[in-house]
Amino acid sequence: MKNRKYAIVIQWIIIAILIFAVLFPLYLVIINAFKEHADIVLNPISFPGSLYFDNFVKAWRTGSFTTGFLNSLRLVIVAAAIVLIVSSFAGYALGMKRFKGKGLVLSYFLLIMTIPVQLFLFPLYGIFAKLNLIGNIYAVAYVIAAINMPLAIMLMRTFFIGVPLQLEESAKLDGANTRQVLFKIVFPCVKPGFITVAVIVILNAWNEYLISSTFLQGEKNFTATLGYLSLNGGAVTFDQGMKMAGALMIVAPILLFFLSMQRYVVDGLTAGSVKE
Amino acid sequence: MKKQEAKYILFILPAILVTASVVVIPGINTIYSSFTSWNGFSSDKNFIGLTNYMSLFQDKYFWIALKNNIIWLALFLTIPVLIGMVGALLLLNRRRGRNLLQMTLLIPYVLAPVVNAMIWKNIIYSPTSGIIGFINSLNLGFTIGNPLISKSYGLIAVAAVDIWHFWSYLMIIYLAALRQVPGDQVEAATVDGATYFQRFRYVYFPNIRPTVSLMTIMIIIFSFLAFDYVQLMTQGGPAHYTELLSTLAYSFAFSERKLGMASAVSMIMSFFGLIASFIYMKLSKKEERE
Repeated sequence: MKNRKYAIVIQWIIIAILIFAVLFPLYLVIINAFKEHADIVLNPISFPGSLYFDNFVKAWRTGSFTTGFLNSLRLVIVAAAIVLIVSSFAGYALGMKRFKGKGLVLSYFLLIMTIPVQLFLFPLYGIFAKLNLIGNIYAVAYVIAAINMPLAIMLMRTFFIGVPLQLEESAKLDGANTRQVLFKIVFPCVKPGFITVAVIVILNAWNEYLISSTFLQGEKNFTATLGYLSLNGGAVTFDQGMKMAGALMIVAPILLFFLSMQRYVVDGLTAGSVKE
Repeated sequence: MKKQEAKYILFILPAILVTASVVVIPGINTIYSSFTSWNGFSSDKNFIGLTNYMSLFQDKYFWIALKNNIIWLALFLTIPVLIGMVGALLLLNRRRGRNLLQMTLLIPYVLAPVVNAMIWKNIIYSPTSGIIGFINSLNLGFTIGNPLISKSYGLIAVAAVDIWHFWSYLMIIYLAALRQVPGDQVEAATVDGATYFQRFRYVYFPNIRPTVSLMTIMIIIFSFLAFDYVQLMTQGGPAHYTELLSTLAYSFAFSERKLGMASAVSMIMSFFGLIASFIYMKLSKKEERE
Protein backbone atom coordinates (compact mmCIF):
# COMPACT_ATOMS: atom_id res chain seq x y z
CA MET A 1 0.00 0.00 0.00
CA LYS A 2 2.85 2.32 0.86
CA ASN A 3 4.54 1.42 -2.44
CA ARG A 4 1.43 2.40 -4.30
CA LYS A 5 1.41 5.79 -2.66
CA TYR A 6 5.03 6.36 -3.68
CA ALA A 7 4.18 5.31 -7.22
CA ILE A 8 1.39 7.85 -7.41
CA VAL A 9 3.61 10.62 -6.07
CA ILE A 10 6.31 9.79 -8.63
CA GLN A 11 3.72 9.73 -11.40
CA TRP A 12 2.52 13.18 -10.48
CA ILE A 13 6.08 14.49 -10.27
CA ILE A 14 6.74 13.29 -13.84
CA ILE A 15 3.49 14.84 -15.05
CA ALA A 16 4.39 18.10 -13.34
CA ILE A 17 7.83 18.13 -15.02
CA LEU A 18 6.26 17.53 -18.43
CA ILE A 19 3.73 20.30 -17.91
CA PHE A 20 6.44 22.66 -16.72
CA ALA A 21 8.59 21.88 -19.78
CA VAL A 22 5.64 22.58 -22.08
CA LEU A 23 4.34 25.72 -20.41
CA PHE A 24 7.50 27.46 -19.17
CA PRO A 25 8.54 28.86 -22.61
CA LEU A 26 4.98 30.08 -23.12
CA TYR A 27 4.97 31.65 -19.65
CA LEU A 28 8.13 33.51 -20.65
CA VAL A 29 6.43 34.80 -23.79
CA ILE A 30 3.41 36.08 -21.88
CA ILE A 31 5.26 37.87 -19.07
CA ASN A 32 7.95 39.38 -21.29
CA ALA A 33 5.47 40.62 -23.87
CA PHE A 34 4.53 43.26 -21.28
CA LYS A 35 8.09 44.29 -20.35
CA GLU A 36 10.59 46.70 -21.84
CA HIS A 37 13.75 45.30 -23.36
CA ALA A 38 15.96 46.59 -20.53
CA ASP A 39 13.77 44.88 -17.90
CA ILE A 40 13.95 41.60 -19.78
CA VAL A 41 17.74 41.76 -19.90
CA LEU A 42 17.76 42.33 -16.12
CA ASN A 43 15.47 39.40 -15.36
CA PRO A 44 13.56 37.41 -17.98
CA ILE A 45 11.59 35.30 -15.49
CA SER A 46 10.13 37.98 -13.23
CA PHE A 47 6.59 39.27 -13.47
CA PRO A 48 6.25 42.63 -15.19
CA GLY A 49 6.21 45.54 -12.71
CA SER A 50 3.82 47.51 -14.85
CA LEU A 51 2.14 46.50 -18.07
CA TYR A 52 3.94 47.92 -21.11
CA PHE A 53 1.60 47.71 -24.08
CA ASP A 54 3.81 49.53 -26.60
CA ASN A 55 5.40 46.20 -27.53
CA PHE A 56 2.16 45.08 -29.12
CA VAL A 57 1.74 48.23 -31.16
CA LYS A 58 5.37 48.11 -32.30
CA ALA A 59 5.20 44.43 -33.19
CA TRP A 60 1.91 44.86 -35.04
CA ARG A 61 3.36 47.68 -37.15
CA THR A 62 6.86 46.32 -37.70
CA GLY A 63 5.62 42.86 -38.60
CA SER A 64 2.79 44.19 -40.84
CA PHE A 65 0.35 42.04 -38.89
CA THR A 66 -2.75 43.51 -40.54
CA THR A 67 -1.55 42.28 -43.93
CA GLY A 68 -0.24 39.08 -42.37
CA PHE A 69 -3.44 38.07 -40.65
CA LEU A 70 -5.52 38.87 -43.73
CA ASN A 71 -3.20 36.81 -45.91
CA SER A 72 -3.17 33.95 -43.42
CA LEU A 73 -6.97 33.99 -43.35
CA ARG A 74 -7.10 33.89 -47.14
CA LEU A 75 -4.60 31.05 -47.15
CA VAL A 76 -6.39 28.83 -44.63
CA ILE A 77 -9.88 29.47 -46.03
CA VAL A 78 -8.93 28.75 -49.64
CA ALA A 79 -6.79 25.74 -48.76
CA ALA A 80 -9.49 24.26 -46.51
CA ALA A 81 -12.21 24.92 -49.12
CA ILE A 82 -10.25 23.20 -51.89
CA VAL A 83 -9.45 20.22 -49.68
CA LEU A 84 -13.02 19.84 -48.39
CA ILE A 85 -14.68 20.01 -51.80
CA VAL A 86 -12.22 17.78 -53.61
CA SER A 87 -11.66 15.22 -50.85
CA SER A 88 -15.34 14.77 -50.01
CA PHE A 89 -16.24 13.53 -53.49
CA ALA A 90 -13.15 11.36 -53.71
CA GLY A 91 -13.70 10.02 -50.19
CA TYR A 92 -17.33 9.20 -51.02
CA ALA A 93 -16.46 7.24 -54.15
CA LEU A 94 -13.57 5.45 -52.45
CA GLY A 95 -15.50 4.73 -49.26
CA MET A 96 -18.96 3.74 -50.45
CA LYS A 97 -18.63 2.62 -54.06
CA ARG A 98 -17.13 -0.27 -55.93
CA PHE A 99 -15.54 0.30 -59.30
CA LYS A 100 -12.70 -0.91 -61.45
CA GLY A 101 -9.32 0.53 -60.58
CA LYS A 102 -10.31 1.50 -57.02
CA GLY A 103 -7.36 -0.37 -55.56
CA LEU A 104 -5.05 1.43 -57.95
CA VAL A 105 -6.45 4.84 -56.98
CA LEU A 106 -6.03 4.05 -53.28
CA SER A 107 -2.41 3.02 -53.82
CA TYR A 108 -1.85 6.22 -55.78
CA PHE A 109 -2.97 8.38 -52.84
CA LEU A 110 -0.94 6.30 -50.38
CA LEU A 111 2.10 6.82 -52.59
CA ILE A 112 1.49 10.57 -52.85
CA MET A 113 1.26 10.74 -49.08
CA THR A 114 4.81 9.45 -48.74
CA ILE A 115 6.39 11.81 -51.30
CA PRO A 116 8.24 14.55 -49.43
CA VAL A 117 7.83 18.24 -50.24
CA GLN A 118 11.52 18.46 -51.08
CA LEU A 119 11.08 16.08 -53.99
CA PHE A 120 8.86 18.49 -55.89
CA LEU A 121 9.61 21.90 -54.38
CA PHE A 122 12.34 23.12 -56.74
CA PRO A 123 10.68 22.36 -60.10
CA LEU A 124 7.42 23.67 -58.67
CA TYR A 125 9.20 26.92 -57.90
CA GLY A 126 10.36 27.04 -61.52
CA ILE A 127 6.81 26.51 -62.77
CA PHE A 128 5.48 29.21 -60.42
CA ALA A 129 8.15 31.65 -61.53
CA LYS A 130 7.25 31.05 -65.16
CA LEU A 131 3.54 31.53 -64.50
CA ASN A 132 4.29 34.67 -62.49
CA LEU A 133 2.75 33.16 -59.36
CA ILE A 134 5.57 33.90 -56.89
CA GLY A 135 3.97 35.88 -54.07
CA ASN A 136 0.46 34.71 -54.97
CA ILE A 137 -1.28 33.58 -51.79
CA TYR A 138 -3.94 31.56 -53.65
CA ALA A 139 -1.33 29.61 -55.56
CA VAL A 140 0.30 28.72 -52.23
CA ALA A 141 -3.13 27.72 -50.88
CA TYR A 142 -3.48 25.38 -53.86
CA VAL A 143 -0.09 23.78 -53.16
CA ILE A 144 -0.86 23.34 -49.46
CA ALA A 145 -4.26 21.90 -50.37
CA ALA A 146 -2.61 19.39 -52.70
CA ILE A 147 -0.18 18.32 -49.98
CA ASN A 148 -2.98 17.81 -47.46
CA MET A 149 -5.21 16.08 -50.00
CA PRO A 150 -4.17 12.41 -49.63
CA LEU A 151 -4.53 12.44 -45.84
CA ALA A 152 -7.87 14.27 -46.12
CA ILE A 153 -9.15 11.71 -48.64
CA MET A 154 -8.15 8.81 -46.41
CA LEU A 155 -9.83 10.51 -43.42
CA MET A 156 -13.01 11.25 -45.35
CA ARG A 157 -13.01 7.72 -46.69
CA THR A 158 -13.06 6.20 -43.20
CA PHE A 159 -16.01 8.44 -42.30
CA PHE A 160 -17.90 7.44 -45.47
CA ILE A 161 -17.24 3.76 -44.80
CA GLY A 162 -19.17 4.24 -41.56
CA VAL A 163 -22.32 5.40 -43.40
CA PRO A 164 -24.81 2.50 -43.77
CA LEU A 165 -25.34 1.62 -47.43
CA GLN A 166 -29.08 1.01 -46.88
CA LEU A 167 -29.52 4.71 -46.15
CA GLU A 168 -28.47 5.58 -49.66
CA GLU A 169 -30.42 2.76 -51.26
CA SER A 170 -33.69 3.57 -49.56
CA ALA A 171 -33.35 7.23 -50.59
CA LYS A 172 -32.82 6.08 -54.17
CA LEU A 173 -35.91 3.85 -53.97
CA ASP A 174 -37.84 6.91 -52.85
CA GLY A 175 -36.82 8.53 -56.12
CA ALA A 176 -33.94 10.78 -55.05
CA ASN A 177 -31.27 11.43 -57.66
CA THR A 178 -27.52 11.21 -57.05
CA ARG A 179 -27.18 14.85 -56.15
CA GLN A 180 -30.01 14.74 -53.64
CA VAL A 181 -28.64 11.53 -52.12
CA LEU A 182 -25.22 13.12 -51.71
CA PHE A 183 -26.17 16.51 -50.35
CA LYS A 184 -29.28 15.61 -48.35
CA ILE A 185 -28.43 12.15 -47.02
CA VAL A 186 -24.77 11.14 -47.24
CA PHE A 187 -22.84 14.36 -46.64
CA PRO A 188 -24.80 15.31 -43.50
CA CYS A 189 -23.89 11.90 -42.06
CA VAL A 190 -20.16 12.65 -42.29
CA LYS A 191 -20.28 16.14 -40.80
CA PRO A 192 -17.70 15.23 -38.11
CA GLY A 193 -15.43 14.15 -40.96
CA PHE A 194 -15.74 17.54 -42.64
CA ILE A 195 -14.94 19.31 -39.38
CA THR A 196 -11.95 17.07 -38.62
CA VAL A 197 -10.47 17.56 -42.09
CA ALA A 198 -11.08 21.31 -41.97
CA VAL A 199 -9.45 21.63 -38.55
CA ILE A 200 -6.35 19.68 -39.58
CA VAL A 201 -5.94 21.59 -42.85
CA ILE A 202 -6.43 24.96 -41.11
CA LEU A 203 -3.76 24.10 -38.52
CA ASN A 204 -1.35 22.85 -41.18
CA ALA A 205 -1.88 25.84 -43.46
CA TRP A 206 -1.62 28.39 -40.65
CA ASN A 207 1.62 26.87 -39.34
CA GLU A 208 3.23 26.04 -42.68
CA TYR A 209 6.76 27.38 -43.20
CA LEU A 210 8.76 25.71 -45.99
CA ILE A 211 6.34 26.36 -48.85
CA SER A 212 5.07 29.76 -47.78
CA SER A 213 8.55 31.13 -47.08
CA THR A 214 9.73 29.88 -50.48
CA PHE A 215 6.81 31.10 -52.56
CA LEU A 216 5.60 34.16 -50.68
CA GLN A 217 8.29 36.73 -51.26
CA GLY A 218 7.67 40.42 -50.68
CA GLU A 219 6.31 41.81 -47.43
CA LYS A 220 2.82 42.48 -48.80
CA ASN A 221 2.44 38.77 -49.48
CA PHE A 222 3.60 37.58 -46.05
CA THR A 223 1.41 35.40 -43.87
CA ALA A 224 1.13 36.22 -40.16
CA THR A 225 3.93 33.81 -39.25
CA LEU A 226 6.22 35.20 -41.95
CA GLY A 227 5.50 38.74 -40.76
CA TYR A 228 6.33 37.68 -37.23
CA LEU A 229 9.53 36.07 -38.51
CA SER A 230 10.55 39.37 -40.07
CA LEU A 231 10.62 40.84 -36.54
CA ASN A 232 13.51 38.54 -35.80
CA GLY A 233 15.94 39.72 -38.43
CA GLY A 234 17.79 42.87 -39.34
CA ALA A 235 17.89 46.05 -37.29
CA VAL A 236 14.97 45.30 -34.97
CA THR A 237 16.53 42.10 -33.62
CA PHE A 238 17.43 43.45 -30.20
CA ASP A 239 13.94 44.40 -28.99
CA GLN A 240 13.02 41.29 -27.02
CA GLY A 241 9.77 42.69 -25.61
CA MET A 242 8.44 43.45 -29.07
CA LYS A 243 9.33 39.96 -30.28
CA MET A 244 7.52 38.36 -27.36
CA ALA A 245 4.45 40.54 -27.95
CA GLY A 246 4.54 39.49 -31.61
CA ALA A 247 4.80 35.82 -30.63
CA LEU A 248 1.88 36.17 -28.23
CA MET A 249 -0.32 37.72 -30.92
CA ILE A 250 0.52 34.87 -33.31
CA VAL A 251 0.07 32.16 -30.68
CA ALA A 252 -3.19 33.42 -29.15
CA PRO A 253 -5.60 32.86 -32.07
CA ILE A 254 -4.29 29.42 -32.97
CA LEU A 255 -4.32 28.42 -29.31
CA LEU A 256 -7.96 29.47 -28.95
CA PHE A 257 -8.77 27.59 -32.14
CA PHE A 258 -7.03 24.48 -30.83
CA LEU A 259 -8.68 24.64 -27.41
CA SER A 260 -12.16 24.93 -28.90
CA MET A 261 -11.56 22.25 -31.53
CA GLN A 262 -9.43 19.97 -29.36
CA ARG A 263 -11.50 16.83 -29.91
CA TYR A 264 -11.29 17.13 -33.70
CA VAL A 265 -7.56 17.84 -33.61
CA VAL A 266 -6.93 14.69 -31.60
CA ASP A 267 -9.26 12.67 -33.88
CA GLY A 268 -7.51 13.97 -36.98
CA LEU A 269 -4.05 13.29 -35.60
CA THR A 270 -4.77 9.77 -34.41
CA ALA A 271 -6.89 8.58 -37.34
CA GLY A 272 -4.88 6.36 -39.60
CA SER A 273 -2.01 5.94 -37.18
CA VAL A 274 -3.92 3.69 -34.81
CA LYS A 275 -5.44 0.51 -36.14
CA GLU A 276 -8.96 0.06 -34.83
CA MET B 1 -23.36 -0.07 -64.45
CA LYS B 2 -20.52 1.00 -66.75
CA LYS B 3 -21.92 4.51 -66.79
CA GLN B 4 -22.13 4.52 -63.00
CA GLU B 5 -18.51 3.44 -62.72
CA ALA B 6 -17.41 6.23 -65.03
CA LYS B 7 -19.21 8.67 -62.74
CA TYR B 8 -17.24 7.56 -59.70
CA ILE B 9 -13.97 8.05 -61.56
CA LEU B 10 -15.21 11.58 -62.27
CA PHE B 11 -15.63 12.10 -58.51
CA ILE B 12 -12.01 11.19 -57.97
CA LEU B 13 -10.56 12.97 -60.97
CA PRO B 14 -10.21 16.44 -59.35
CA ALA B 15 -8.23 14.94 -56.47
CA ILE B 16 -5.93 13.17 -58.92
CA LEU B 17 -5.46 16.34 -60.99
CA VAL B 18 -4.67 18.53 -57.98
CA THR B 19 -2.13 16.10 -56.53
CA ALA B 20 -0.62 15.26 -59.91
CA SER B 21 -0.07 18.90 -60.82
CA VAL B 22 1.69 19.72 -57.55
CA VAL B 23 3.34 16.46 -56.53
CA VAL B 24 3.71 14.02 -59.41
CA ILE B 25 4.71 16.17 -62.38
CA PRO B 26 7.23 18.38 -60.52
CA GLY B 27 8.41 15.23 -58.72
CA ILE B 28 9.27 13.52 -62.00
CA ASN B 29 10.92 16.76 -63.04
CA THR B 30 13.17 16.55 -59.96
CA ILE B 31 14.19 13.01 -60.81
CA TYR B 32 15.20 14.12 -64.29
CA SER B 33 16.81 17.38 -63.11
CA SER B 34 19.14 15.50 -60.79
CA PHE B 35 20.88 14.17 -63.92
CA THR B 36 21.22 17.62 -65.52
CA SER B 37 23.18 20.82 -65.04
CA TRP B 38 19.99 22.90 -64.80
CA ASN B 39 20.53 26.31 -63.16
CA GLY B 40 16.86 27.10 -62.57
CA PHE B 41 16.79 30.05 -65.00
CA SER B 42 17.43 28.69 -68.46
CA SER B 43 15.03 26.32 -70.09
CA ASP B 44 17.79 24.05 -71.41
CA LYS B 45 18.80 21.21 -69.19
CA ASN B 46 21.98 19.46 -70.25
CA PHE B 47 21.98 15.78 -69.40
CA ILE B 48 25.18 15.09 -67.49
CA GLY B 49 24.47 11.62 -66.13
CA LEU B 50 25.64 10.92 -62.62
CA THR B 51 27.94 13.96 -62.40
CA ASN B 52 25.83 15.69 -59.74
CA TYR B 53 25.81 12.61 -57.56
CA MET B 54 29.57 12.13 -58.02
CA SER B 55 30.43 15.68 -57.04
CA LEU B 56 28.02 15.40 -54.11
CA PHE B 57 29.85 12.35 -52.82
CA GLN B 58 33.06 14.38 -52.93
CA ASP B 59 31.49 17.33 -51.14
CA LYS B 60 32.48 17.32 -47.48
CA TYR B 61 29.38 19.33 -46.52
CA PHE B 62 27.23 16.56 -47.94
CA TRP B 63 28.82 14.10 -45.54
CA ILE B 64 28.45 16.52 -42.61
CA ALA B 65 24.77 16.90 -43.50
CA LEU B 66 24.23 13.17 -43.80
CA LYS B 67 25.96 12.58 -40.47
CA ASN B 68 23.76 15.26 -38.89
CA ASN B 69 20.63 13.63 -40.28
CA ILE B 70 21.72 10.35 -38.72
CA ILE B 71 22.33 12.08 -35.36
CA TRP B 72 18.91 13.69 -35.74
CA LEU B 73 17.38 10.27 -36.41
CA ALA B 74 19.08 8.75 -33.36
CA LEU B 75 17.83 11.57 -31.13
CA PHE B 76 14.27 11.32 -32.43
CA LEU B 77 14.09 7.54 -32.25
CA THR B 78 14.94 7.65 -28.55
CA ILE B 79 14.04 10.81 -26.63
CA PRO B 80 10.53 11.69 -27.90
CA VAL B 81 9.62 8.00 -28.14
CA LEU B 82 10.57 7.50 -24.50
CA ILE B 83 8.94 10.67 -23.17
CA GLY B 84 5.88 10.12 -25.36
CA MET B 85 5.43 6.57 -24.10
CA VAL B 86 5.88 7.58 -20.45
CA GLY B 87 3.38 10.41 -20.92
CA ALA B 88 0.87 8.09 -22.60
CA LEU B 89 1.14 5.48 -19.84
CA LEU B 90 0.70 8.15 -17.17
CA LEU B 91 -2.41 9.54 -18.84
CA LEU B 92 -3.87 6.10 -19.51
CA ASN B 93 -4.68 5.40 -15.87
CA ARG B 94 -5.95 8.87 -15.17
CA ARG B 95 -9.60 9.10 -16.00
CA ARG B 96 -10.26 12.43 -14.42
CA GLY B 97 -8.32 15.29 -15.95
CA ARG B 98 -6.98 13.18 -18.80
CA ASN B 99 -8.42 15.44 -21.47
CA LEU B 100 -7.13 18.57 -19.79
CA LEU B 101 -3.63 17.10 -19.41
CA GLN B 102 -3.62 15.80 -22.97
CA MET B 103 -4.70 19.19 -24.28
CA THR B 104 -2.07 21.07 -22.29
CA LEU B 105 0.76 18.78 -23.33
CA LEU B 106 -0.27 18.97 -26.98
CA ILE B 107 0.07 22.77 -27.15
CA PRO B 108 3.64 22.93 -28.55
CA TYR B 109 2.63 20.55 -31.32
CA VAL B 110 -0.12 22.81 -32.65
CA LEU B 111 2.01 25.97 -32.62
CA ALA B 112 3.86 27.07 -35.75
CA PRO B 113 7.50 25.95 -36.05
CA VAL B 114 8.33 29.59 -36.83
CA VAL B 115 6.97 30.70 -33.47
CA ASN B 116 8.48 27.81 -31.49
CA ALA B 117 11.89 28.33 -33.05
CA MET B 118 11.90 32.08 -32.43
CA ILE B 119 10.65 31.74 -28.84
CA TRP B 120 13.49 29.37 -27.98
CA LYS B 121 16.10 31.31 -29.92
CA ASN B 122 15.18 34.59 -28.25
CA ILE B 123 14.00 33.97 -24.73
CA ILE B 124 15.77 30.71 -23.85
CA TYR B 125 19.03 30.48 -25.82
CA SER B 126 19.97 34.16 -26.04
CA PRO B 127 23.00 34.94 -23.85
CA THR B 128 21.97 38.61 -23.59
CA SER B 129 18.24 38.57 -22.94
CA GLY B 130 17.28 34.92 -22.54
CA ILE B 131 17.32 32.31 -19.80
CA ILE B 132 20.93 31.45 -20.61
CA GLY B 133 21.89 35.08 -20.09
CA PHE B 134 19.94 35.05 -16.83
CA ILE B 135 21.76 31.94 -15.59
CA ASN B 136 25.10 33.56 -16.48
CA SER B 137 24.12 36.72 -14.59
CA LEU B 138 23.72 34.68 -11.40
CA ASN B 139 27.52 34.20 -11.34
CA LEU B 140 27.44 30.51 -10.59
CA GLY B 141 31.10 30.17 -11.48
CA PHE B 142 30.55 29.11 -15.07
CA THR B 143 29.20 30.79 -18.18
CA ILE B 144 27.18 29.19 -20.92
CA GLY B 145 27.54 30.50 -24.43
CA ASN B 146 24.78 30.65 -27.03
CA PRO B 147 24.28 26.93 -27.84
CA LEU B 148 23.10 27.79 -31.36
CA ILE B 149 26.56 29.02 -32.37
CA SER B 150 28.35 26.09 -30.75
CA LYS B 151 30.07 23.68 -33.10
CA SER B 152 29.51 20.76 -30.77
CA TYR B 153 26.03 21.44 -29.36
CA GLY B 154 24.37 23.49 -32.08
CA LEU B 155 22.57 20.58 -33.68
CA ILE B 156 21.43 19.18 -30.35
CA ALA B 157 20.17 22.61 -29.27
CA VAL B 158 18.03 22.83 -32.42
CA ALA B 159 16.85 19.23 -32.13
CA ALA B 160 15.82 19.92 -28.52
CA VAL B 161 13.34 22.53 -29.72
CA ASP B 162 11.93 20.23 -32.38
CA ILE B 163 11.64 17.45 -29.78
CA TRP B 164 9.84 19.88 -27.43
CA HIS B 165 7.46 20.51 -30.33
CA PHE B 166 7.06 16.89 -31.44
CA TRP B 167 7.00 14.52 -28.45
CA SER B 168 3.37 15.08 -27.47
CA TYR B 169 2.23 14.01 -30.93
CA LEU B 170 3.73 10.59 -30.20
CA MET B 171 2.08 10.63 -26.78
CA ILE B 172 -1.35 11.22 -28.32
CA ILE B 173 -0.87 8.39 -30.81
CA TYR B 174 0.45 5.96 -28.20
CA LEU B 175 -2.35 6.90 -25.80
CA ALA B 176 -5.00 6.29 -28.46
CA ALA B 177 -3.48 2.89 -29.14
CA LEU B 178 -3.16 2.00 -25.45
CA ARG B 179 -6.80 2.87 -24.85
CA GLN B 180 -7.82 0.22 -27.38
CA VAL B 181 -6.06 -2.59 -25.54
CA PRO B 182 -8.84 -4.99 -24.43
CA GLY B 183 -9.63 -4.37 -20.77
CA ASP B 184 -10.19 -8.06 -20.02
CA GLN B 185 -6.60 -8.86 -21.00
CA VAL B 186 -5.32 -6.23 -18.61
CA GLU B 187 -7.60 -7.46 -15.85
CA ALA B 188 -6.59 -11.07 -16.36
CA ALA B 189 -2.94 -10.09 -16.05
CA THR B 190 -3.65 -8.08 -12.90
CA VAL B 191 -5.56 -10.99 -11.34
CA ASP B 192 -2.60 -13.22 -12.13
CA GLY B 193 -0.46 -10.85 -10.10
CA ALA B 194 1.48 -9.22 -12.93
CA THR B 195 3.48 -6.14 -11.91
CA TYR B 196 3.07 -2.84 -13.70
CA PHE B 197 6.14 -3.49 -15.78
CA GLN B 198 5.02 -7.02 -16.65
CA ARG B 199 1.63 -5.76 -17.73
CA PHE B 200 3.32 -3.31 -20.09
CA ARG B 201 5.74 -5.90 -21.40
CA TYR B 202 3.26 -8.74 -21.97
CA VAL B 203 -0.15 -7.09 -22.42
CA TYR B 204 0.08 -3.48 -23.52
CA PHE B 205 3.17 -3.54 -25.69
CA PRO B 206 2.22 -6.53 -27.92
CA ASN B 207 -1.16 -4.88 -28.50
CA ILE B 208 0.21 -1.50 -29.53
CA ARG B 209 3.21 -2.81 -31.44
CA PRO B 210 1.73 -2.10 -34.90
CA THR B 211 1.27 1.56 -33.93
CA VAL B 212 4.73 1.78 -32.41
CA SER B 213 6.34 0.40 -35.55
CA LEU B 214 4.36 2.70 -37.82
CA MET B 215 5.49 5.68 -35.75
CA THR B 216 9.08 4.45 -35.93
CA ILE B 217 8.91 4.34 -39.71
CA MET B 218 7.39 7.82 -39.73
CA ILE B 219 10.20 9.15 -37.55
CA ILE B 220 12.76 7.66 -39.94
CA ILE B 221 11.09 9.35 -42.91
CA PHE B 222 10.76 12.71 -41.15
CA SER B 223 14.30 12.65 -39.80
CA PHE B 224 15.73 12.65 -43.31
CA LEU B 225 13.40 15.49 -44.31
CA ALA B 226 13.81 17.69 -41.21
CA PHE B 227 14.14 21.30 -42.29
CA ASP B 228 12.13 23.97 -40.45
CA TYR B 229 13.93 24.24 -37.14
CA VAL B 230 17.47 24.20 -38.53
CA GLN B 231 16.61 26.66 -41.28
CA LEU B 232 14.93 28.96 -38.77
CA MET B 233 17.48 28.80 -35.97
CA THR B 234 20.93 28.32 -37.51
CA GLN B 235 20.51 28.05 -41.30
CA GLY B 236 23.01 25.22 -41.15
CA GLY B 237 25.65 27.32 -39.43
CA PRO B 238 28.03 27.98 -37.84
CA ALA B 239 30.24 26.96 -40.76
CA HIS B 240 27.87 24.14 -41.84
CA TYR B 241 28.09 22.40 -38.45
CA THR B 242 24.31 22.05 -38.21
CA GLU B 243 23.71 21.48 -41.93
CA LEU B 244 21.06 18.90 -42.79
CA LEU B 245 20.45 17.39 -46.22
CA SER B 246 17.33 19.55 -46.61
CA THR B 247 19.10 22.84 -45.81
CA LEU B 248 21.98 21.83 -48.07
CA ALA B 249 19.53 21.20 -50.93
CA TYR B 250 17.80 24.49 -50.20
CA SER B 251 21.00 26.52 -50.41
CA PHE B 252 22.06 24.67 -53.57
CA ALA B 253 18.74 25.67 -55.11
CA PHE B 254 18.26 29.22 -53.90
CA SER B 255 21.73 30.57 -53.04
CA GLU B 256 23.95 28.84 -55.55
CA ARG B 257 21.39 28.29 -58.30
CA LYS B 258 22.51 24.70 -58.79
CA LEU B 259 19.13 23.08 -59.28
CA GLY B 260 20.68 19.89 -60.58
CA MET B 261 22.67 19.46 -57.39
CA ALA B 262 19.68 20.42 -55.22
CA SER B 263 17.59 17.78 -57.01
CA ALA B 264 20.27 15.17 -56.43
CA VAL B 265 20.24 15.90 -52.68
CA SER B 266 16.42 15.73 -52.68
CA MET B 267 16.64 12.36 -54.39
CA ILE B 268 18.97 11.01 -51.74
CA MET B 269 16.78 12.32 -48.90
CA SER B 270 13.70 10.80 -50.45
CA PHE B 271 15.53 7.55 -51.04
CA PHE B 272 15.89 7.00 -47.28
CA GLY B 273 12.19 7.78 -46.87
CA LEU B 274 11.35 5.45 -49.73
CA ILE B 275 13.11 2.54 -48.05
CA ALA B 276 11.22 3.31 -44.82
CA SER B 277 7.89 3.62 -46.70
CA PHE B 278 8.56 0.32 -48.40
CA ILE B 279 9.01 -1.36 -45.03
CA TYR B 280 5.88 0.45 -43.79
CA MET B 281 3.79 -0.92 -46.66
CA LYS B 282 5.12 -4.43 -46.09
CA LEU B 283 4.34 -4.18 -42.38
CA SER B 284 0.79 -2.91 -42.81
CA LYS B 285 0.05 -5.49 -45.51
CA LYS B 286 1.25 -8.22 -43.20
CA GLU B 287 -0.87 -6.90 -40.34
CA GLU B 288 -3.97 -6.70 -42.50
CA ARG B 289 -3.59 -10.35 -43.35
CA GLU B 290 -3.29 -11.33 -39.70
